[in-house]
Amino acid sequence: MWNYTDKVKEHFFNPKNAGALETANAVGEVGSITCGDALKLMMKVNPDTNVIEDARFQTFGCGSAIASSSALTEMIIGKTVDEALVITNRDIAEYLGGLPPEKMHCSVMGAEALRAAIANFKGEEWVDDHEEGELVCKCFGIDAAMIERAVTVNNLTTLEEVTNYTKAGGSCQTCHEKIEEVLEAVLAKQAAKPPEKSPLLPVAGIKPAPAPAPKADAPVAAAPKMTNVQRMQSIMMAIEEIRPQLQRDGGDVELVDIDGKDIYVRLSGACTGCSQSASTMMGVQMKLVEKLGEFVRVKPASMLVGA
Amino acid sequence: MAGIYLDNNATTRVDDAVVEAMLPLFTQHFGNASSMHAFGGAVGGLIEKARQQVQALLGAAHDTEIVFTASGTESDNTAILSALEAYPKKRTIITSVVEHPAVLSLCDYLENKRGITVHRIPVDSRGNLDIDAYKAALSPDVAIVSFMWANNETGTLFPIEELAKMAKAVGALFHTDAVQAVGKIPMRLADSAIDMLSLSGHKLHAPKGVGALYVKRGTRFRPMLRGGHQERSRRAGTENAPGIVGLGKAAELALQHMADENTRVRALRDKLERAILAAVPNCFVTGNPDVRLPNTANIAFEYIEGEAILLLLNENGIAASSGSACTSGSLEPSHVMRAMGVPYTAAHGATRFSLSRDTTEEEINHVIAVVPGIIERLRALSPYWSKSGADAKGFAPVYS
Ligand SMILES: Cc1ncc(COP(=O)(O)O)c(C=O)c1O
Ligand code: FES
Repeated sequence: MWNYTDKVKEHFFNPKNAGALETANAVGEVGSITCGDALKLMMKVNPDTNVIEDARFQTFGCGSAIASSSALTEMIIGKTVDEALVITNRDIAEYLGGLPPEKMHCSVMGAEALRAAIANFKGEEWVDDHEEGELVCKCFGIDAAMIERAVTVNNLTTLEEVTNYTKAGGSCQTCHEKIEEVLEAVLAKQAAKPPEKSPLLPVAGIKPAPAPAPKADAPVAAAPKMTNVQRMQSIMMAIEEIRPQLQRDGGDVELVDIDGKDIYVRLSGACTGCSQSASTMMGVQMKLVEKLGEFVRVKPASMLVGA
Repeated sequence: MAGIYLDNNATTRVDDAVVEAMLPLFTQHFGNASSMHAFGGAVGGLIEKARQQVQALLGAAHDTEIVFTASGTESDNTAILSALEAYPKKRTIITSVVEHPAVLSLCDYLENKRGITVHRIPVDSRGNLDIDAYKAALSPDVAIVSFMWANNETGTLFPIEELAKMAKAVGALFHTDAVQAVGKIPMRLADSAIDMLSLSGHKLHAPKGVGALYVKRGTRFRPMLRGGHQERSRRAGTENAPGIVGLGKAAELALQHMADENTRVRALRDKLERAILAAVPNCFVTGNPDVRLPNTANIAFEYIEGEAILLLLNENGIAASSGSACTSGSLEPSHVMRAMGVPYTAAHGATRFSLSRDTTEEEINHVIAVVPGIIERLRALSPYWSKSGADAKGFAPVYS
């Protein structure tokens, strides 16, 4: 059971400013039912003074999502739009006396809804910039790509160093095995590179020319031998088979690149930008492994270096 | 009312008679069963009695087929690893997508770290296994098939005997994770094709930290824990004598209460389910309502989130559980709900009520009285809901 503060409980059991606001002239809607939380923030802003005169919310989500929404409305009523804009997710969490680390994303949703609503008021389009790959460390919201970047850029070699540079693994420690796997994968990749520093090698952020064929990749035992073309076709067919299921949930998947055992895909629709994408990725991976009879790893296209 | 406990698939209250049977093992019969003196001998006898009590519950042919372990998880791991070690040339496992993590995580590990091929057989929208996919996956390379007997979230039962026979036809071992089924439905393993079966004490009114693995006589077996020769060298380590004696007593009691479980408890579950479905719009039962455990009701409430439901139930003195993401700290709803294709609109609100022989009609009446108000209260907060009912279309947030 979560250890919620009294303040969180108070705002969950007796939420302030819940419900629709008919007179709203600024509305922010963020989240998705796929991810398990969604928030509609409605504000009535005085167009002359820019003061937020009223605010209400509707939230689909857990206890801390509802509490964060309620807290947010209390925090912004009476403020001007510009004063409200400086409120961060940490401020929301602090107002509530803290949230469990795994629940910090609820406060993030509040801060995003606020920005979306203000953008709506100003007649701007708010673009969600939150991009998450498969979360490795849930406590700190760190994905594999972030760890890979930190390891490559800073030449990290140990778990402790990764924690020091990224915070990943610094709390509950359940992610240590996964961090070590990411670390090992990067180190193995580095070791596989030719030792001499060719000037043509990417410095950072430049995609190396795709290898012509996964030459050194010994086929996994028992996997029937396929030509590269056959293999590519099977991968494309498997992806096609998965799409209807994702489309039913309002999403989609697209094959971007094949690099040996790494299959890069792009998810779209419901689920992009939330950690749900991690499990969708896993599903795609399971399907491909099954179809191909060999082990492959499905990665988001955003992990293609330089993409 | 001192709290209504409807989370018996998570764990059960230890029966008073079980506690009573265990107590002498702490201060009176505290010897080591392996010792060559009377202190040890007394304990050895009590453990053997427990073995027979578990044998009786399972309808097994021999008491020596029961190996005591420390948990359902240990039993599952032992069975699968044993099969791979006993048949080193066979490199394939078949299991289902809806197994407990005790099986699924192990299979993921074996696939990633040891290159074992794992077939995870899908289920349909009611949680029924895709038998054709299972047939297609069966081959002489399969070391072991492991299917759960009853699903912990929905209570849905797999046709275990039929599945076991199919595995035997290709020479594969058959294991079933029966942690949720044992004690709730009658079994006769003596006449069955099942080679191995896992059970866990704390799901049947015995204490936590004791379980058993049934290994049919003649099944090739390799121990997971090596050391002393306890459990006929199948599971080394000084026996958890109090726990084992408790499990034995609990097995005896489960056999006595089997009829009650399948009549009175089933009727209470059905009453609860019918009343909620009648009073609350936009909710439905997940899993296969016709083929399932007598004690489990899993109801998916659309457009609201499970953790919020649990918190409000808890305020009303009711303990239930949820496959919701937020209760586990992850963002994805239960893999069981997803495997059945339950839409996200409902998967996040799936709520499990699991009864036991301790459950009373008065308690169920109270739950029936309280649940509709809780659901209504949360829906009033939900952007996917308006006064006229579900309103998923009217709300289209940015990254959805
Ligand atoms: C189906 C199933 N298998 C295995 C387990 C694990 O049992 P234990 O808690 O004894 O390790 C559980 C219980 O959590 C379960 O429900
Ligand atoms: S998940 Fe808790 S420290 Fe990484």
